[in-house]
Amino acid sequence: MKRKTLYQLFIHGFLILSVFIIAFPVLYALITSTLSFSDAFSYPPKLVPGRHFFENAAEAWNRVHMGRLMFNSAVVSVSVAVVKIILSLMAAFAYTHFRFRGQGLLFALCMVTQMLPLPVRIVPTFELMRAFGWIDTYWALTVPFFASTTGILLFRQFFLTVPRDLSDAARVDGAGPMRYFFQILIPISKTNIAALFVIEFIFMWSQYLWPLIVTNSREMRVVQIGLKMLLASEQQAPEWNVIMAGTVIAMLPPLIVLIIFRRSFAQGIAMQTEK
Amino acid sequence: MPQDRFPGHRLLPYLLVFPSLAVIVVFLIIPFIQSVKMSFYKMSPFGTRLIYVGFDNYRQLFSSPDYLHSVVITLIFSVFVILVGLGLSLAIALALNQRIRGKGFYQVALIWTYALSPAVAGTIWALMFAPATGIMPYIISKLSGGYKLNWMTNPTVALLVVSAAATWKMLGYNIVFYIAGLQNVPGELLEAARVDGAGPWQTFWRVTFPMLSPTTTFLLFVNMLYAFFQVFGLIDIMTRGGPGNATEILVYKLYRDGFIHLKSGYAAAQSFVIFIVIAVLAVLQLRVATRKAVYAR
Repeated sequence: MKRKTLYQLFIHGFLILSVFIIAFPVLYALITSTLSFSDAFSYPPKLVPGRHFFENAAEAWNRVHMGRLMFNSAVVSVSVAVVKIILSLMAAFAYTHFRFRGQGLLFALCMVTQMLPLPVRIVPTFELMRAFGWIDTYWALTVPFFASTTGILLFRQFFLTVPRDLSDAARVDGAGPMRYFFQILIPISKTNIAALFVIEFIFMWSQYLWPLIVTNSREMRVVQIGLKMLLASEQQAPEWNVIMAGTVIAMLPPLIVLIIFRRSFAQGIAMQTEK
Repeated sequence: MPQDRFPGHRLLPYLLVFPSLAVIVVFLIIPFIQSVKMSFYKMSPFGTRLIYVGFDNYRQLFSSPDYLHSVVITLIFSVFVILVGLGLSLAIALALNQRIRGKGFYQVALIWTYALSPAVAGTIWALMFAPATGIMPYIISKLSGGYKLNWMTNPTVALLVVSAAATWKMLGYNIVFYIAGLQNVPGELLEAARVDGAGPWQTFWRVTFPMLSPTTTFLLFVNMLYAFFQVFGLIDIMTRGGPGNATEILVYKLYRDGFIHLKSGYAAAQSFVIFIVIAVLAVLQLRVATRKAVYAR
């Protein structure tokens, strides 16, 4: 009995230490975002929050036009996540419910995406954007991301488990494939759709390299680049209190999305790892 | 093999896959082929035309000490991120898998950093390690009796701090997948091992770890892609490849050569080398994943 409690204590200790390691940097950032400029430079460093968060946030907001940057990031993240979900649903439906010529080849082509991340084709993709006249537009920030191996695989794996009876019943009732797709298949995929939304939203919100090279006006920058602008806008020592206030603002939207959809997200991940 | 659940609709499946395939062909496959072609060309001095140079770009690449240095840095960095990251995450997920109170709290408290971007992680770690004002140099100075840690001037420390920041950012993601993977390890199997007299250590290495191998291979691949590419934002915010070129990993060098120095042929050759590495690893991952899946059944 005693040994068991000791063991439990050890596990709790280890987990609390882990939570601390994971949370500490963000807590420290939060505290810094509430300090005045002079407190942010005190030595030893302050670990007690101040009262200047809104002041710092307003300063960061104005300095790099964060309103516009946040708006751009939101447009890009939401539109890519939504289009990716729609395209993946369609492709997964085709690959699991039909038999057609060239199916294997076309499926392999979709899987190739995994092997061609941006850096492997970055210069010509950039030149393509220039040829299309897409530099500094939402098109460049979104369209090249529309296809998703993750999405197709996730939905395919789920669709394969949908019993044949369901589609047969639909057919007997006189429903065509598209009606079955919209009225049965999509509604029962809700959890997976939410999970994919979380994954893709966070993925797009975090994009950095591509927005850095395909945008150059202040109006089209995204919030990740805003962090770089905040850090670089300093002449002398970095104003950590202002920078951290900006950082806190930049990390909120994906956190909120993750919290709202956390159930579906966890279930979706569990489904994906199931074999 | 998928069944034909709606026979007679011949055109429909093509229409359904068309949008995905169009994006893949136009924005992925064609640019990739162009990139391979470009790696055999060089821009003329005035940028007016392309000159075919054969394998010159590749020869230049592999005789460049800067590039070879970048290869070594990338290796050290990704091995650190993968080994430390996966090791820690697995240990944490295993602890979470025990019968303990407060599981729900721990789960949320351990995975929420998944939502942070590499650039955000970079900014926060730059704050923590800020030479004169950060908390970490302060703690280290107190513990060591006055050592002044400055990652902005010391190449080894810089690489270490950047690696630690990158590893920290991925913990949430890795833990999510290990938790899910552990849920798929059948309880009866662990029970059977216990009945047969296996200790916890043995049970882990003989049962749990092999059963987790699909998750581990998947995470290996994802973490490698992360350490190779997605950390770009973190590096750009924290060090811009410096001090000197101490943290200039391959993707950063590629960015510099392609978009700052505008040597597109040279950059394209770098892209192709990176592709070879990914392709080999992707095939390996696929083979391991499919073999283990069968084995696990």
